[in-house]
Amino acid sequence: MTSAAPAPILQTSHLLGIEGLSAAEITGLLDLAEDYVKLNRAADKKSSLLRGRTLINLFFENSTRTQSSFELAGKRLGADVLNMAVKNSSVAKGETLLDTAATLNAMRPDILIVRHQDSGAVELLSRKIDCCVVNAGDGSHEHPTQALLDALTIRRRGRKFEGLTVAICGDIAHSRVARSNIHLLSRMGARVRLIAPRTLLPADADRFGCEIFTDMREGLKGVDIVMMLRLQLERMTGALVPSTREYFRFYGLDREKLKLAKPGALVMHPGPMNRGVEIDSDVADDLEVSVIQEQVENGVAIRMAVLDALARGLPKEGRNI
Amino acid sequence: MSASNQRVAFRNARLIDPATGLDTRGGLLVENGKIADVGAKLFNTADPHDPEVIDCKGMVLAPGLIDMRVFTGEPGSEHRETLASASEAAAAGGVTTIVTMPNTDPVIDEAALVDFIKRRAAATAKVRVAPMAALTHALKGERMTEIGLLLEAGAVGFTDGDRSVSNTRVLRRALSYAATFDALIVGHAEDSDLSSGASMNEGEFATRLGIPAAPTTAETIIVERDLRLVELTGARYHFSQISCRASLEAIIAAKARGLPVTCGVSAHHLTMNELDVGSYLTFRKVSPPLRSEADRAAMVEGVAEGHIDVIVSSHDPQAADTKRLPFAAAAFGAVGLETLLPAALTIVHNGHAQIIDVLKTVTATPAKLLGLEGGKLAKGAPADLVLFDPDEPFVLDADKLHSRARNTAFEGRKFQGRARMTFVGGECVFDRAKEKKH
Repeated sequence: MTSAAPAPILQTSHLLGIEGLSAAEITGLLDLAEDYVKLNRAADKKSSLLRGRTLINLFFENSTRTQSSFELAGKRLGADVLNMAVKNSSVAKGETLLDTAATLNAMRPDILIVRHQDSGAVELLSRKIDCCVVNAGDGSHEHPTQALLDALTIRRRGRKFEGLTVAICGDIAHSRVARSNIHLLSRMGARVRLIAPRTLLPADADRFGCEIFTDMREGLKGVDIVMMLRLQLERMTGALVPSTREYFRFYGLDREKLKLAKPGALVMHPGPMNRGVEIDSDVADDLEVSVIQEQVENGVAIRMAVLDALARGLPKEGRNI
Repeated sequence: MSASNQRVAFRNARLIDPATGLDTRGGLLVENGKIADVGAKLFNTADPHDPEVIDCKGMVLAPGLIDMRVFTGEPGSEHRETLASASEAAAAGGVTTIVTMPNTDPVIDEAALVDFIKRRAAATAKVRVAPMAALTHALKGERMTEIGLLLEAGAVGFTDGDRSVSNTRVLRRALSYAATFDALIVGHAEDSDLSSGASMNEGEFATRLGIPAAPTTAETIIVERDLRLVELTGARYHFSQISCRASLEAIIAAKARGLPVTCGVSAHHLTMNELDVGSYLTFRKVSPPLRSEADRAAMVEGVAEGHIDVIVSSHDPQAADTKRLPFAAAAFGAVGLETLLPAALTIVHNGHAQIIDVLKTVTATPAKLLGLEGGKLAKGAPADLVLFDPDEPFVLDADKLHSRARNTAFEGRKFQGRARMTFVGGECVFDRAKEKKH
């Protein structure tokens, strides 16, 4: 990782979603992440690329997994990482999002990682803040680093995106993971199938260029990749799905349904899993087919790549505003 | 009753099969509980090699009736009706399949309870029982039931029975979820707020009687609302019973738009109007209430023209404790399994509809909607049959009904045509010639 004058990868100073990215930008990030997978497996995992830079994790919604992944990525690149616990902050005391932005500006961070429960909140913040912003998941909108780490996992398993058939199963309607993956996989030339009961399919789902299936057995036939989504607890109790046992019967991935996919098909899940709801432990724990642990490992690498790519656009001189 | 593996030959019958439009003299052969052969030339002469021959003497031999709306009291109110007593009434009425409503105690809203109904029916009932399951838990209109698992358990449709789901968002989601499985939703069209406390159709007669009443609008609002939700969700939807012209017109228009909707009407609403409530006859307090003569005539026209798909008995047994009360305090409902065929034939005898079209609404069409094998005179179909003389005159005597409850709305009514013999899976489950004389 010699960095005399590394070529820019991203055209923008923020990573707010996959939708705006080109195939070249995605490929650039994946290529860069390959190097970081190697670094992360070395004894000395530390780089000094971001030395002196400040990275703030601002999570309005709890996510231990994603937050630790970003924290680790920042630290391994040598940045100072601050986790702002929103629960105890002034936000919880009624401060508006834009007041928070002003406060953060005054702290002069270089990169801000934001997770927010409302779609569009991260973009709103990015317009009011003077540093790079990475969307770590906003509402039901996008979760770009998840889609990138999924893509990295698929690619590292030797699969080519062109002509690949990927089934995304579960709560498509409320899933930012699904939206980001649909954008990324379609952009890279894969065919995407969406599998869900009608109550969990978003309106006009067919307008995204995906094939829609309400029968999971039909939808899984011949697919290369099965991506399961987490079913949020509050959706399982009769509002959109009658019960977890019914959901598991018709939309839970078990060995029998998986047999319909192409031999050697990979099973993915963004975590955390609801065992016995959307996935059977028998499948989730089978390392022959399940790449769920690899997704976690690749998550750190892809986030390092994103931080690296964004840092290339950061001003080298200090600001005097 | 143990003859299911034997051959039974029907000869000299007027075969009417609404599924194919067949109406001809001919014969029918039953073997192992199924129809082995049927046709105009079959058994024109008696063959001594056939062990059992039934000479139909020119009477109608048609598929056994399928009644899509039957309330029983089992489980929970067995003093009103059990599956066994309802099946006695059904057999006597030429009904070979009863579709039971989930409005029992407990409510049929779990797969294990659908299984219970099926087992009890197999053990105690003379006719086939096809259970409908609740659309929402405990019929509360709040949470959808496990539609997929209930279908696997054998539920033929989903309904909250005598009430509609008032929360539009809950209904939208239930319809949308049901569409996933192509499940049949059966709705009761009555706005519970608008009809709250009402016992009759709103109009001059209710005003004279001083009975709280609800307008037909209470029905049509729900019909129009649910049609919009069908358009949104693509669910397969059947209005259990409609009772007025405005509802019929809305459904005709929806069908013309290609929506997957159908509708039914009860025998009561084809044969009676609000004036039949007379001097507070609680046995004629039904839900929806008997309507104006113009609305009744519209229902007859709807059947004759094929816009109304199904005729039901809306069989609802009530005991003295719920019916021998002042009109407003009395329960809704009347028994009807034994009068479904005679009441439906009324509109044939009046010259308003053809017999084959009327029979279609109680055989082929319900079978198709519910995905049942019966309802037709076809080779390989179950030998569920009714033999009747459509012209046989009789006066309805409530004391001779087979139902445990006797709350008929037709006491003393003159009819023409009733079941002589009824067969389920080739077995004779009713033979009027062997009935005890009262």
